[in-house]
Amino acid sequence: MAYLELKNIYKTYGQGETTAQVLSNINLTIKEGEFVAIVGFTGSGKTTLVNLINGLLEPTKGEVLFKGEPVVGTSHERGVIFQNYSLLPWLTVGQNIYMAVKEAFPKKIKSELHAIVADYVEMVNLTPAINKRPKELSGGMRQRVAVARALAMKPEMIIMDEPLGALDALTRGNLQDEILNILGKDKRTALLITNDVDEGIYMADRIIPLRPGPKATLGPEFKIDIERPRDKTALNDNPNFKKTRNAIIEYLMDIGNERKSDVQEEYVLPDLSPKSFVSQF
Amino acid sequence: MKQSMTLGKVTKFIGLAGFLGTVKNMFTGKLEKEDFKNFLRKVIVPLASIFLFFGLWYLGSKSLYNIEAEHRIYKALVEQGPTEAEKVRTCIASGDISCQPNTLPSPAQVWESYKMLLADHYAISADKQAFKEKTAALNVKRIANGEAPIVYTGRPSFVDQILTSLKTVFAGFLLALFIAVPIGIVIGLSKTLRSSVNWIIQIFKPVSPVVWLLLVFMIVKTLNKDSSGDSSFIISFISVGLCSMWATLVNTAMGVSSVDKDYINVAKVLKLGPVQKVFKVILPSSLPLIFTGLRITLSVAWMVLIAIELLAQSPGLGSFVWEEFQNGAVDSNSKIIVAMFVIGLIGFLLDRIMLTIQKMISFNKNDGI
Ligand SMILES: Nc1ncnc2c1ncn2[C@@H]1O[C@H](COP(=O)(O)OP(=O)(O)OP(=O)(O)O)[C@@H](O)[C@H]1O
Ligand SMILES: [Mg+2]
Repeated sequence: MAYLELKNIYKTYGQGETTAQVLSNINLTIKEGEFVAIVGFTGSGKTTLVNLINGLLEPTKGEVLFKGEPVVGTSHERGVIFQNYSLLPWLTVGQNIYMAVKEAFPKKIKSELHAIVADYVEMVNLTPAINKRPKELSGGMRQRVAVARALAMKPEMIIMDEPLGALDALTRGNLQDEILNILGKDKRTALLITNDVDEGIYMADRIIPLRPGPKATLGPEFKIDIERPRDKTALNDNPNFKKTRNAIIEYLMDIGNERKSDVQEEYVLPDLSPKSFVSQF
Repeated sequence: MKQSMTLGKVTKFIGLAGFLGTVKNMFTGKLEKEDFKNFLRKVIVPLASIFLFFGLWYLGSKSLYNIEAEHRIYKALVEQGPTEAEKVRTCIASGDISCQPNTLPSPAQVWESYKMLLADHYAISADKQAFKEKTAALNVKRIANGEAPIVYTGRPSFVDQILTSLKTVFAGFLLALFIAVPIGIVIGLSKTLRSSVNWIIQIFKPVSPVVWLLLVFMIVKTLNKDSSGDSSFIISFISVGLCSMWATLVNTAMGVSSVDKDYINVAKVLKLGPVQKVFKVILPSSLPLIFTGLRITLSVAWMVLIAIELLAQSPGLGSFVWEEFQNGAVDSNSKIIVAMFVIGLIGFLLDRIMLTIQKMISFNKNDGI
């Protein structure tokens, strides 16, 4: 049985004249224990898709089924790593994680919770920074805190929205390994959103491109038949890797060219106005 | 070492660090050539502005003094004839207190008044202490018999007035805090409530302190009919609270209603309950704005306090100023100016205290305030 299933999902933002149709006819099935990556251009609706799955948003049309049940609201079974870390700036690293752990395991006593926090902080190599606030951390460190916070709740499925998007290549590689390590320990289901094809190939079992919006749909899937654990340096010489990588990049370039040639296509800018409080009071 | 550290903190607190730092560098010979500009900006210009201020004040008061003196002489001439006028002229020139023109006092006169007020304070404190010692034994007896103890009812000194004012402003500020913050949170949380009470805020926010005072007076007078106590303190602190609470109310509501969407998403993903969500996410993230509001509230409270005390006849700096004005003695004007400086200085210190607290609780240390 499918673990996570998206059936004919449509998502529109706004109403009336300002309607923006972001996702259109999305169908996706993920099996238990599988690692799926979705690659897409910026602004194509990846975060929207993620929020539909984790329950922060509701689809305009269609169904999201998690273990056969429709998704209503968020759940501790689906952990989220947000694209922009979303750490609470007034809490320290330890407190940020503690808050999550406490909610996930309400029956555990304080010392047990602290032990979990310490474990996961250690796992992402942040023990020296456990009492620092997010502002005092580098981007990579913040991202690691976000990873630790999501994983410490021991969700059955982990949803990652460009978790390493803001990092340099070196840090990125290290964190990829850390995430794979932690996930590999108890073989959890994972959905990774990324804009880096190599990252997708290195980490996932399947890669599915999200065609650029508006009205973004999923493209054909690419299976990654490379044995785990994968070796990053050896990967470059792996014929399978080269083949898959070329196929995906070719596909994405084709989409990109299509977009360019579609000159008459109108790009409607979202109707965003600066937050104004003056009118409120 | 420790002393100099605290000194450093204090100067930083009142915003003098740049000035003193440069002066110190000057004396310790650390001043580099490129520091000259800094020196000019941080030492010379502020000093010059102080001299200019006192100079203008001195010249202004002198010319006003002359105008007033000429007017007196002229009046005497018209009403009583040239001999009287000549008498007035010599009297003014002799510096006799009885015929001094009463106008804007000079800096020196104000300084004299300041010293006098201080001396007066020490005299009254000593008096009070003596009274206390004298009545101590008697009061013990009276309390034992269930009677009210005898209290000192003499004239309050200037310092007592300051303390009374501080007490009133503090009570008013706390009242504003306890009304505005909870209401602000509630209306910040609900969009419906926000739009439904918006008109109240819009209408009452600009109402003048005087009107608030009258309103509070109407209500407190009725409620307080049977109690014999003096209600002027109650009236003035409630009015101060009501006038000054709007900034906090609006800022709290704004802070609560504009919490970063990311934090709300975190609360949702962690599945925090409504109470937890308010106390662990919404409130901490709106604290900086709430404190900005409280800082405005405190400075408004201090500003309106003087006017309200003056009108409500409640003891404090406001009534001190008013009494001196009514009194019209030779040194009344300079006492009023002393009070003006004290009011300004205390207002400045209160603002600095709030700013320091605000900086402390601001989690975005880089955010300028
Ligand atoms: N709350 C919203 N209201 C209206 N439009 C929105 C909203 N959120 C997103 N959009 C629009 O939906 C589209 C997709 O946004 P989304 O954030 O899902 O993109 P993304 O693929 O995650 O982009 P990125 O790679 O930059 O993170 C964008 O055009 C965006 O303007
Ligand atoms: Mg996104």
